[in-house]
Formats: sequence, structure tokens, C-alpha cells
Amino acid sequence: MNTKSLLIRNGRIIDPANRVDQQGDLLVQDGCIAEPGGTLPADVREIDAAGCWVVPGLIDMHVHLREPGEEYKEDILSGTRAAAAGGFTGVACMPNTKPVNDCRAVTLMILQLAVKGDARVYPVGAISKNSDGTSLAEIGEMRQAGIVAVSDDGLPVRDSQLMRRAMEYSDDFGLVVISHSEEPSLSQGVMNEGVVSTRLGLRGIPTAAESIMVYREIALAEYTGKRVHIAHVSTAMSTDLIRSAKARGVRVTAETTPHYFTLTDEAVEGYNTNAKMNPPLRAEEDRQAIRLGLSDGTFDAIATDHAPHSILEKEVEFDLAMNGIIGLETSLPLSLALVRDGVIDEKRLVELMSLNPATILGLKAGTLSLGAVADITVINPDRAFCYSEDQVVSKSKNSPFLGWNLLGRAVYTIMGGRITHEIR
Amino acid sequence: MATGYQFFHRHILDIGHLSADDIDHILNTAESLKEISDRSIKKVPTLRGKTIVNLFFEPSTRTRLSFEIAAKRMSGDTFNISASTSSATKGETLIDTARNIQAMRPDIIIMRHSFSGAPYMLTKYVDAAVINAGDGTHEHPSQALLDLMTVREHKGLLANLKVAIIGDIAHSRVAHSNISGFTKMGAQVFVHGPSTFIPVGLSQLGATVCSSLREAVQDADVVMTLRIQKERQNDPLLPSFREYAEQYGITSERASWAKPDALIMHPGPINRGIELMPDVADSSQSVILDQVTNGVAVRMALLYLVLSSEV
Ligand SMILES: [Zn+2]
Repeated sequence: MNTKSLLIRNGRIIDPANRVDQQGDLLVQDGCIAEPGGTLPADVREIDAAGCWVVPGLIDMHVHLREPGEEYKEDILSGTRAAAAGGFTGVACMPNTKPVNDCRAVTLMILQLAVKGDARVYPVGAISKNSDGTSLAEIGEMRQAGIVAVSDDGLPVRDSQLMRRAMEYSDDFGLVVISHSEEPSLSQGVMNEGVVSTRLGLRGIPTAAESIMVYREIALAEYTGKRVHIAHVSTAMSTDLIRSAKARGVRVTAETTPHYFTLTDEAVEGYNTNAKMNPPLRAEEDRQAIRLGLSDGTFDAIATDHAPHSILEKEVEFDLAMNGIIGLETSLPLSLALVRDGVIDEKRLVELMSLNPATILGLKAGTLSLGAVADITVINPDRAFCYSEDQVVSKSKNSPFLGWNLLGRAVYTIMGGRITHEIR
Repeated sequence: MATGYQFFHRHILDIGHLSADDIDHILNTAESLKEISDRSIKKVPTLRGKTIVNLFFEPSTRTRLSFEIAAKRMSGDTFNISASTSSATKGETLIDTARNIQAMRPDIIIMRHSFSGAPYMLTKYVDAAVINAGDGTHEHPSQALLDLMTVREHKGLLANLKVAIIGDIAHSRVAHSNISGFTKMGAQVFVHGPSTFIPVGLSQLGATVCSSLREAVQDADVVMTLRIQKERQNDPLLPSFREYAEQYGITSERASWAKPDALIMHPGPINRGIELMPDVADSSQSVILDQVTNGVAVRMALLYLVLSSEV
């Protein structure tokens, strides 16, 4: 499917970085965005984008690709294929692999494996060696190798001094610290604490477990003047904390996920292990607060926390099931529902799913500027499909959205001028 | 009960899925089966040729024995698989255990498990009827049914009774099933205990959370106390049993706040002198041993009903 030149015709081009939202054609030549008009190259392939949106390639700033070490769940090739199928041209992969991405060698290996992938892979390095929360990893050297941020995701950084030092040290290298915010002593449960956990007899995790840590990160960022990015926000209280910190000028950014703005803890009913993740699905008030945070600018990004697990880890008793769900293939349609519901507009959708993640991570991506690398997603907002198990591209099928009828999807995903996914 | 009523439950997993009519029907059936236990030859052929497996992943003497006696009184063949002999300790998954047992064609599997929801999972992998004999901190439906039977037997009805449940509501599957069962039958459930024992959202489940012991027990028709534990997995719930007994234990004085003919209940085993004082446990108001007797009758009814609702 390699095509030297592409002419994407009659689409609605939405490019917030250049304040563009207009009907038009987009020309791709030699892997970059070129000026339309003039004589077309002979080998040009035309793509009819009538009724579609043409946007900068989507970027998911929080995924788990599982390679190296847990390739039975996902690997870099299968994960990037799932990304492309979901409209993503780039993904930032968390370092909780086996071994942990805490040094240059692992970073380089990931980048090497990603060369053949269907999406750009932006590795996130560990904050601490082996992500064990005791001493700083060699962040500078990992930066040179190609990491785009640091995080001990999967685990909270318990030690506040280590978190402070991480924010200070990473900032010297232009890297943001991504916080998995969770107070461990409060989060020994398996789902959100509320009426559903009481009814199901499952141990609950209170919203305070997240908010306490979100506030610690804000306090440290405010005190040091450094940056912090809060991952996968799930609660109303965290949203409020981030909103007010931003109003004070704290350098905090935040992401939430499609599952937090779509589902509540009711999805756990029947002991559905595909509704088990950390942080857990929360109550309806939290879901509404997250949606408000998306509409008022509190959240900068929608990320998936794509966390593949095999059935060995999910077809077990609820208490024993691993945390996490896949999300790359459902993120866009679920986010498009926000546009249809009037929570956000099209421009904001593109900011949340492309421009802002690129900006936070310092990537040369997220725009359709002339001369930019041609990472493009063509979205048909009216294309309906059923997300059935046989359609799943990811190696793992742990999604609570299996069997859902979804509306809107990427019909073309283009990375550097190469079509990585298309649906006719 | 409406005419044309039919009991149709292949599995008994929780009280939540039973209607008030179902509960009435189970209690009526249990009452009619109860006299079998008073005969000199305590056996009817109802379950002859049926294989009943007690699959217990958690130690239990009382419940397992009660189910076993119930099955034997109806001529069922019973087999016990307990945690110590089960494959759980060898790292076998629940699915594999379930498939293995299914391969031996049991008719009913009675399951106790320390994880909430495990019996639901079991139903996906076996054809046998599944009866939940207690799952984690979720439910213990046969216990609630025997409690309902005991109260109905003594009070003649369940509607509009005041039922006080005192103790660790959060971690008690008995409390969860009873709140569901009593409210479904029109009784009013009042709970009290230290706040560390009161789970979120109880009022949405139909119980009234009282701010004092007196408020809960005052004029109650039933006072049910629960077995308590001081702590669970790094979760400090209580300073001491001594303090619990002092603040929340049911003494004869506190029991006297209830109606003079109030029933004193406990699912057992009792921490005597902690949640329930010995003189109260052994008083004429105590129906604790009736609960045990009715347990057999209720379990006979459940075994009979799940098989008779086969398609
Ligand atoms: Zn995380």
C-alpha cells in the first residue's frame, strides 16, 4: 500500500495548530504535506474524503505495548497495528515492560522493533530504576536514546522526595513526568468503592486514593515550578484539583480515558473482569465531572491506557483478574460520541487526540502544516460498525466494549505518507 | 402468590435475583419438608440418583454439614471437595476445576468460595445447578432464607417487621443477603455498628443506617448480631474486641430496648461475650438453634427446587 503521492480530496480539513477548519484537498508528497494545486505527480493516488474529516494523525500518549517481555499479550507490531486500525499514527508506550524501560538499551530496542510498526512509537522511560521507587533512572541517557517523557506507570511513586527530584531532573532534559496517581494504602480494593462494590461484595477503592496523589503532584509542581502530567484521571475531585491548579498557573497537564467518560462502575455488574482496571470505573457523578473537564479545557488529552491482557489473566475470579483494558480501536468512536453529545467540538477533539499530546511530549507531530511529516487520519464520523471479537486487531481482546455498536471511525490512517489502515 | 406461579431458577446465587413470590415459595416448600427431619426414618426418595457436590474452597463445618444432611435426607448422593483436597492449592484454575467436576456429571454443585462472584463464574462452565453457599463478602443466600423462615415461623409474617442488624455489615455476606431478603419481604432493616463496618451505599440498598445502637434496637422485632473480626488484610477496623463488646455488644439490657418478644438471632459461630453476651444468646428469646434446624429444611427446599425447575 506504499504510495508516493496521495491526494486526499474534498475532506473537511481540521488542523487546530493552523486554525484551519475548511473543506479542501490535501496533497502528500514524499511523505510530507505539500501544497495542493499545480501539476499532480503521475503516480498520485486519490482518496475521496467527501463526508470525512481530515485531521493530523491521532496520538495516544498512554499505551502498554507489552514488548519486551509479555509478547503473549501484545507486541510492538500487533500494538501498532491496533493503533493504526484505531486511527492513531503515534503512541507513547509506558515503561512497565519486562525488563522495565529504565535504560538506554531497552529504549533503543523498543525503537528498533518499532521501525517495522504501523505507528510511531514514542517510548516513555522509567522514573526510577526498575520502577521500584527508590533511585532515579538514567533519564538523560534515555532522553538521548529517544524517550519522550518519564513515568513509573502501573505503580505510584510512593516517595514524595523522589517525585520532587524526578520533576526537577527531568525538566532539565525537557521531559515531563507522567504521574500514575494512587495512594497505595487506600487502593487495596478491586473496583470503585460505592453502592455497586457493596452490592457485589467487592473491596472498594475510594476516589480519595487518586485525589490525594493528584494533589501531591500539584503541590510538588507548584513548589518547584516544574511540569507534571496526570495520567488517566478518573474522579471528580481530581478534575477539580487540576482545574484550580491550572487557574493558579501550575504547570500541570492531564489526560483522561474513553472508559472514564463512557462507563461507570455499573459495568462491573456480573463480575465482568473486562471492566476491571486501575484506577477503577467510577460513579456517574465522576463520569459527568470528567465530561465537564473535557469540555472546559481541564483535560489536555484523551489517552487510552491500552492495557492488553490474555484470557489467562481475565477469565478468572474477579479478585484475581489483572487490571486494564485494550482501548486503541475504540478510543476514536467513543470520543466522537462526545462531539455528537455536544460535550466538545471537532476542533477540540483534534486537540485532545493529536495536537495536545504532541505538545505535551514535545513531538514534531499533531499538525498538517506545509512541509510537516504526513501523519494523517481520515475520519468518517458516520461510519457505523460493531466492535465484535473477531474484529479486534490487538492480540488481546479484553475490552468492555465488545459487541457495542459504535459510530464513526478512521477510514484511512496515514503515517509519513504510507497508508497503515484503510476501510473502503 | 399469583396463580400460575412457577419457580424457575436453575441456580441460587444471590437473594437479589429472587422475587418475593420466589422467597415465599421456597419458605413454603421448606416448611413442608421440615417434618421429614422429625420422622424416625429421616429419608425421602426425592433426590435418588442425583449427584450433589459440595465444592468448598473455604473451610466451613456448619454450612457444609447442613447441605450434606439436607441432600442425604432426600436420598441424594453427596460428595465433598474441600479446599485442602481440591486442586486450588495445586494452582489449578477455577475453570479447570469446574470443567473437571462437570465431566463427572453432577446434578448440583454447592459452592463456597472466598472470592465474591466465584459461583457466577462457575455457572458459565458447568451444566449442573449451582447453589452459592457463601462467596467472599458478597452473599450467602441460603443463610438469609433460613433466617427469613425462622422469623416467619415465629412472627407469622415478615412484612412491616423491624429488623436490627448489628455489627460488621461491610464484610458480612450474611448481612448483605439478609438486607436484600428482609427488605424484599417488606420488613424494615436498621443497621448499626462502628463506621468502619458500614459500607458505602447501604441506604440505596434499602437499609437504614442508625447513628446509635439504641436507635437500631429500639422496638425491634428481630435483633441479629454478626460475627466480627478485628482487622482484615492491613485494614485496621477496630481497636479491640474488648472495646467492641463494651460499645456494641448485645447485653440483656440492650436487648431489652427491643420489643419484649423480639427474636435474638446470630448466623454463628458466635464470639460469645463480644458481639453477643452468653445470657442473651441462651435466653428464651434466642432462636439461634431454630436457625440451624431451619437451615436443613431450607437447603432441602433449594436442592429440590433447582432440580425441579429443569427445562
Ligand atoms: Zn497507570
